[in-house]
Amino acid sequence: MIDPQRCQEIFAELLKYSQADETELLIGGGTHSLTRFANNTIHQNVAEEGYALSVRCVFGQRTARATTNRFDVESLKRVVAEASTLARQQQPDPELLSMPGPQQYEPVHRYFVATSQASADERAQGAVSAIRIAERNRQVAAGTLSTGEAMHALLNSRGLTAYYRGTNAEFSFTATAPSSTGWAKQSTPDLRDINPGELAEEACRIAARSAEPREIPPGRYVTILSPAAVLDLVGFMFCDFSGQALRDQRGFLTGRVGEKLFGENISITDDAYHALQTGAPFDGEGIPRQRLNLVEKGVVKELAYSRQSAKHAGVALTGHGFSLPNEMGEFPMNIVIAGSTHSIDEMIASTERGILVTRLWYIREVDPYKKILTGMTRDGTFLVENGKVQHGIRNFRFNESLVDLLNAVEMMSKPERSSGEESFPMVVPAMKVSSFHFTEATKF
Amino acid sequence: MHDFAERVLSLLDRREVGYADVRVIESRDRTISTKNGKMGTAASDESLGLGVRVLVNGCWGFASTDDLSRDSLAAVAKRAVEIARASARAKKEDIVLADEPAANVNWISPCQIDPFSTSIEANLDLLLRADAEMRAVQGITLAEASLNFRRARQLFMSTEGSVIEQTRVITGVGIEAHCYADGDIQSRSYPNSFRGQYQLRGYELVGEMDIVGNARRIAEEAVALHKADQCPQGKRTLILDSSQLGLQIHESIGHPIELDRVLGMEANYAGTSFLTLDKLNNLKYGSEIVNVVADARLEHGPGLGTFAYDDEGVAAQCTDIIKDGQFRGYLTSRETAAMVGAKNSGVASLRSGGTMRAEGWNRIPMIRMTNISLLPGTWKLDDLIADTDDGIYMETNRSWSIDDRRYNFQFGCELGWEIKGGKKVRMLKNPSYSGITTEFWNSCDAICNKDHWTLWGTPNCGKGQPSQTMGTGHGAAPARFRNVNVGVAYGG
Repeated sequence: MIDPQRCQEIFAELLKYSQADETELLIGGGTHSLTRFANNTIHQNVAEEGYALSVRCVFGQRTARATTNRFDVESLKRVVAEASTLARQQQPDPELLSMPGPQQYEPVHRYFVATSQASADERAQGAVSAIRIAERNRQVAAGTLSTGEAMHALLNSRGLTAYYRGTNAEFSFTATAPSSTGWAKQSTPDLRDINPGELAEEACRIAARSAEPREIPPGRYVTILSPAAVLDLVGFMFCDFSGQALRDQRGFLTGRVGEKLFGENISITDDAYHALQTGAPFDGEGIPRQRLNLVEKGVVKELAYSRQSAKHAGVALTGHGFSLPNEMGEFPMNIVIAGSTHSIDEMIASTERGILVTRLWYIREVDPYKKILTGMTRDGTFLVENGKVQHGIRNFRFNESLVDLLNAVEMMSKPERSSGEESFPMVVPAMKVSSFHFTEATKF
Repeated sequence: MHDFAERVLSLLDRREVGYADVRVIESRDRTISTKNGKMGTAASDESLGLGVRVLVNGCWGFASTDDLSRDSLAAVAKRAVEIARASARAKKEDIVLADEPAANVNWISPCQIDPFSTSIEANLDLLLRADAEMRAVQGITLAEASLNFRRARQLFMSTEGSVIEQTRVITGVGIEAHCYADGDIQSRSYPNSFRGQYQLRGYELVGEMDIVGNARRIAEEAVALHKADQCPQGKRTLILDSSQLGLQIHESIGHPIELDRVLGMEANYAGTSFLTLDKLNNLKYGSEIVNVVADARLEHGPGLGTFAYDDEGVAAQCTDIIKDGQFRGYLTSRETAAMVGAKNSGVASLRSGGTMRAEGWNRIPMIRMTNISLLPGTWKLDDLIADTDDGIYMETNRSWSIDDRRYNFQFGCELGWEIKGGKKVRMLKNPSYSGITTEFWNSCDAICNKDHWTLWGTPNCGKGQPSQTMGTGHGAAPARFRNVNVGVAYGG
């Protein structure tokens, strides 16, 4: 993997060719290997290694970026020339800020050799152990086990140097029974935290429990959402917790910052330093990430800012900007939702009639201001009656407002690091909500 | 490129490796965008890398790298073999590939004006003029415009003797006008939502789309939507414009016909399909006027699914998917064609349909949509509207969702028009509709003619693990559907 010393060498070489007033270098990349199985056999097995270097040049109030994955001298010259040409042809941006100087970063340790050095054999062994569990349950396994390491560095001509490296491991498992399916997933920087067998057992239990699903009418139900379902829903609102989004009037927080928008029991922070979080302690401009109280007891308190949007809003830097130039500005990506102490079993026991959701799928935004989302349940949806899971049900389509949802939370579990499909991993609790609008049922 | 590919193939021990292919890809991208009169993004990207896919002991292995030094190429060849050996730990059956003749081809997609030959100043000037037109309309709070260019040169070389070089140029252009007022956000896009129209063409597409000439109209429509009535809820006759119908085809025909999904290979992520093997030639997918093809050939048009050969060396083909309403074909690969042929000879062709595509050098090819198109019908759009007594016309996608077996879908559109007595009588905001795939396609009773047919580009189709984004093509003309559930997305 490219180390800090090599980054410095590349940047020194790069600066020889840059005539720009200011020059910035981003280097990112690493390795990623993924073993994929289906029908109880490994059917895809891949590994990749790649790095890209990206140069931003500034001439006066003009800037642009060029990227290459070639690190030879001629390519360095070419990428600088390309960025310079692009920048010189821009119109001046009166709001463009000079690049930041050196910064101090809070250290984070998110690199584990057990993950970075995992072999194809180890991944295959993990997959095989999970497949065997599906076979013992007379079910069919599909899923992935992946490992990788990534680095990310930012250097600029005003002396800023930032370097981060981390590892990632992920296991996802779908168990298919004759009439039903179940699912479990985990992601972590440390492969040793993942027990494929336990996750496979959980998915197989869900599949078995939801066998012969029955159709029940759509409507509003008390609903218990797994942490993965919660994160896939709430993930659609964090791009609006952004100073630039507010300025563009593109999100649901336009005119609502400072309002009590959600229930009293909803508090959300963005915390890059949380023990269960991953990622670099700096943003796309090299600014240290700050902890943010996004929502406190239901009140929208703080937003994420880039340097430019912070200046426009007249607030302190938060360290959430994307690499420049970009259209979106910034948003928080280290979400931690405060929970409570209730277990999912307690939520079920307290429910007279409701729905238990394992996983949501294909969620899309229907209305950007009401924040209505649509999507489907999948891989284990259950009817709960009289405090007990009764049986599996056919999957539902939902149309639900996130604002309404977060005003209807009755119980929460302890937050955990969770992974879904529609959003980045977060630290979130399971939630029991008093009303969730299922609008149609599908055929299975 | 040839040296890199030849070197990797020469490093493989053919006593162990039953089959191998190498793809070397060199690509260049340019993205220019503006937002509210200012530059949004100005970025250029180039990439060169290599991926090698091997069959060892009947199992796949794949490895890729962007380090093309001799040592690295040796390492990547070795890694691919090691990975394939590891795959054998969970082997059930040997992977067999359907036969395919070797090809030696050099193909370049037609392109009248190389987009990379155009100046950044000219690109920006165009976008800023469209931007100014949109913001000249009172009430527009956010105007966005973008251009995207891509040129990818790919060399495919296999142990079966194929040497296929292809260069594809893609151009995309689009504008969006947004209006926030009184706790409501309304938007209009042109030529399509989510960054516009994309085709396998050069800069000539940009000129034809005339974003400046359409900017004021869509901005006025975005503002007008605030005063429009809410789309009603209930069973209605529905007419879809061609761009929305393109996405309807993508989600409710294109994905379920992917044979890897049907065979369970995507069960953990993208899902499976209701089109189980018993449905082939045995399902009335749509009404008798519904004819759908998967056509990757250039004669179908310059779509994002147009090429000469797919990414495992199979020539572009046209496959009947739905013929006179009957389900007739899947999207297949060499592996899945052989699997299905072996299981039930006669159910499907033993030859691959040529649909294997990879996002880049660092990804393994998988079954992807080519150009999945609804063939044109006979109606003129004006006649179709005049023939509709009570219905809703919906334009331009705003949201889309479908279940993991592709039965139940729901789409939202940017703008609707209520039709009464054969005329558009009032604008409707927040239009949406939902349904079950086969019920919907069987309710189709009119399709407009080729004068209204457009080959749309969907540049952002996601599938696979690791995730791959692919461009697909969808030809469609406006069409009418009866008894469709509308308005449920906003229903109480």
